[in-house]
Amino acid sequence: MTLPDLGPVWLTLQLAAVTTLVLMLIGTPIAWWLAFTANRFKPVVEALTALPLVLPPTVLGFYLLVIMSPRSPIGGAFLDVTGTTLTFSFVGLVIASVVYSLPFTVQPLQAAFEALGRGPLEAAATLRAGPFDRFRTVAAPMAARGFLTAGVLTFAHTVGEFGVVLMVGGNIPGKTKVISIAIYEHVETINYADAHSLSAMMLVFSFVVLVMVYTVNRRYPVGGS
Amino acid sequence: MSNPFHKVPETLSIDVTRSWPGFDLSVAAEVPLEGVTALFGPSGSGKSTLLRIIAGLDRQAQGRVCCGGETWQDGRHLRPAHLRGVGYVFQDARLFPHLTVAGNLAYAAHRARGLSGPTVAEVVAALDLAPLMTRRTAALSGGERQRVAICRALLTAPKVLLMDEPLAALDDARKAEILPYLERLTAVSRVPIVYVSHSVAEVARLAHRIVVLKAGRVALSGSAVDLLSDPEAVALIGRRDAGSILSARMVRQHEDGLSELVTEAGPLFLPRMEARPDDLVRLRIPAHDILLARVRPEGLSALNILAATVLVIKMTEGPGALVQLAIGSERVLARITRRSALALDLKPGVEVYAIIKSVAIARGDVGGATAPRVL
Repeated sequence: MTLPDLGPVWLTLQLAAVTTLVLMLIGTPIAWWLAFTANRFKPVVEALTALPLVLPPTVLGFYLLVIMSPRSPIGGAFLDVTGTTLTFSFVGLVIASVVYSLPFTVQPLQAAFEALGRGPLEAAATLRAGPFDRFRTVAAPMAARGFLTAGVLTFAHTVGEFGVVLMVGGNIPGKTKVISIAIYEHVETINYADAHSLSAMMLVFSFVVLVMVYTVNRRYPVGGS
Repeated sequence: MSNPFHKVPETLSIDVTRSWPGFDLSVAAEVPLEGVTALFGPSGSGKSTLLRIIAGLDRQAQGRVCCGGETWQDGRHLRPAHLRGVGYVFQDARLFPHLTVAGNLAYAAHRARGLSGPTVAEVVAALDLAPLMTRRTAALSGGERQRVAICRALLTAPKVLLMDEPLAALDDARKAEILPYLERLTAVSRVPIVYVSHSVAEVARLAHRIVVLKAGRVALSGSAVDLLSDPEAVALIGRRDAGSILSARMVRQHEDGLSELVTEAGPLFLPRMEARPDDLVRLRIPAHDILLARVRPEGLSALNILAATVLVIKMTEGPGALVQLAIGSERVLARITRRSALALDLKPGVEVYAIIKSVAIARGDVGGATAPRVL
């Protein structure tokens, strides 16, 4: 058995890494707000962030395609500034993945912040720690497990996406052709050998990731004291 | 405002309201920033809420909070908790589980750099924390946890130390373990303390002033010595634990194992206590441990019999009566039955003898069960 073309593998890992990084930056404040707000619009925001869980990827992909198309204001502006279209580009894939994997970042973080509660943060405030200081030195280390779970799940989920990527990115080698699409293409062209090896990689990768998540959850149970 | 020639203690001045469905708090109080002020009241009286408002942790409260010339809150501005400089000891300690004991203390000390507060070495010595420094907080007992929490709060160099029932979550043995530290702290620390409690015994041991809260209002306030010997106040605070506070000075140790002390009420003989001559001791006489007699009793084993004058009699619910006595220049409270009060024909001005069955040195007295008997 020969090794299949590894281009889609590297592209997939790059996409997952960038998406995870972006989502950590965007998802953390959203999760923080959801965990601590008493705002009456909280259920609306919660539902919005959970939508990608229930929507068919094709529906999500279709709307993203519409928004990113050069004829839409956003897609048009991107074309004017960069000279390339947002659709069928790596940046477009990142945006689509961020939307698609949002709940996998926000939900574990929200649960971790809710488990943390206000208690330790109030204690830190009475020890002269300002809001960002409290987040950095109390909330983040105490919710470390939540960050790890969120990061791993986001990464793994991005690696596994198919429908949204196909709608938004198409199948351009080195640019938008990720593993799942490469597998689809191998099957379509009856190249079962390469489909097998890529699929096996995905299977092992996903299994290892989940074992890691559950091991970490077992070793550091909720609540330090 | 601050006149160098007349040092008037600065005050913590509070005038706030806070409401929820079914409960509203409305408190106006001036608390001198010195010594220990107890916020006393039953559960649900609003005392913990008031403490959270003072600390800036409850941001829904309306009104004013000023501390020593700084406005912490008024109608327009609310200074957030981390800029107020309060130390706060929570009922549940709230140590950081991801840090060791030393790490918890360093967290506070690091953020109070440049402020004039105690050093880590000083507080560690004062609360005997040296053996715990490398431990993780999850491995500490409840009492140890509170000692660390108190240390940590002191290291922030606070303008006022707020303590929210720091002993409530502990059993009696742990309370007895930590109370001497609290007493030492309140005796030597120059940091003013506001101490929330629903335990009369704790308040009697620690507080200089008492603010009694009832259903979100200030029901009474005044000096601890006055309130704890005032029948009207005691009816509100709780008759069962009533007891008067006396300041005593150690005179000498006798060879038969007794210690002789002198108070404004007269001399007292107690089982040997660890104190040197001229040491000042705070004593507590439980109201139910005073017997009254119209004539000086003879052939009685009691050592401490003092001449007294009845000042006030207050009949309480049930069979009891509270009698306020003047003994020397002190006010002391006795709890007897209503029947005895009638039988002895007690009225204001009547001369009686107070037979003191037990005196609690302000140590080992939480819950009132372990007062040494003096027979």
